[in-house]
Amino acid sequence: MSIRIQKFYYGDIPEEKSGAFMPSSMANEASSGWPLWEVFIRSKQGLDHKHAGSLHAADAAMAIENARDVYTRRQEGISIWVVESKYVHASNPDDAESFYDPASDKVYRHPTFYDLPDEVKHM
Amino acid sequence: MSISKLDFLKFQADSSHILSQRNAELCAHGPILEQDIAITNITLDLLGQARNFYQYAATLSGDPVVTEDSLAYLRNEREYKNLLLVELPAADWSYTVLRQLFYSVYQYLVFEQLEKSTDLQIAAIATKSLKETTYHIKWSSEWVIRLGDGTEESHSRIKKALVDYWPYTGELFIPAPYETETLLGFDLSALKYGWLKQISAVFEEAKLSIPENIFMQTGGKTGVHTEHLGFLLAEMQHLQRSHPGAIW
Repeated sequence: MSIRIQKFYYGDIPEEKSGAFMPSSMANEASSGWPLWEVFIRSKQGLDHKHAGSLHAADAAMAIENARDVYTRRQEGISIWVVESKYVHASNPDDAESFYDPASDKVYRHPTFYDLPDEVKHM
Repeated sequence: MSISKLDFLKFQADSSHILSQRNAELCAHGPILEQDIAITNITLDLLGQARNFYQYAATLSGDPVVTEDSLAYLRNEREYKNLLLVELPAADWSYTVLRQLFYSVYQYLVFEQLEKSTDLQIAAIATKSLKETTYHIKWSSEWVIRLGDGTEESHSRIKKALVDYWPYTGELFIPAPYETETLLGFDLSALKYGWLKQISAVFEEAKLSIPENIFMQTGGKTGVHTEHLGFLLAEMQHLQRSHPGAIW
């Protein structure tokens, strides 16, 4: 039994590369020691916020303004959410087989699997 | 068409245009990608405002040869009426954000008055620009506070920017011959108090203080510039002058 338990942030980027705790040796490489933020944009009233991308910022206010300048300059949005990337917990790509493959042969989980009686209309 | 109104339009256009050219120097040289885009967005807003004023000035001039491009690219240093503040080079990021704060607050107060202008075209330009300027003030205020109330290094840098730029802020509210109360419809010099109040509020947060008893430089509004404008114009205009009529 060798199930590896490891915490991953922001997809498959390990903690030391999340941006938040960047060692100074890497800070030069990334040109800033600022944390990484995930940006979610709502394009229209009534729609959901969708992940738009990520960016660096020193604090939440700056992250929102950076998101405004980077992701809404062509009228892409009317509302912005940001969350520091280190707070996003993601599934581990190594778990993909055990996580997602088992669903592939469960056709009965789709409503289309069931035959409806002709009497049922408007489904 | 009164010459005075044309002069005022050119002055507004030139100031935003020259600042946009100065800020554009940071395009691809910003301190970080996100702020590179932020300052470039502001730069484009300023260029847009300049175009609005140039286009209106060209229309009012009644001369078919005068276009927004000829006003922007074929006038010499002495014909440019921009504020001295906007033509100065920026030694580092603290200069850039401090100047943006000074200029944007000034713009906001002026546009607030121009919005009530009986000239509907000017009023419309002011209304459109106010929205952009509101964001520029927010953005630059936050940067001034961040640097002023930041590290020892950032504080000393923005303090140096303040010492270097402050003597050029007096000109903002000294009316030029084309800015009298009769011509503008409002008293420009009276806006100075609102400007100082806004700047002081930001400075308080930023742990900076307003310099006192400083000799104020003037001249930009009437075409008497620092040695820096000539170099800026040379770079900005050389293409149109070497290849007249060249288009993108």
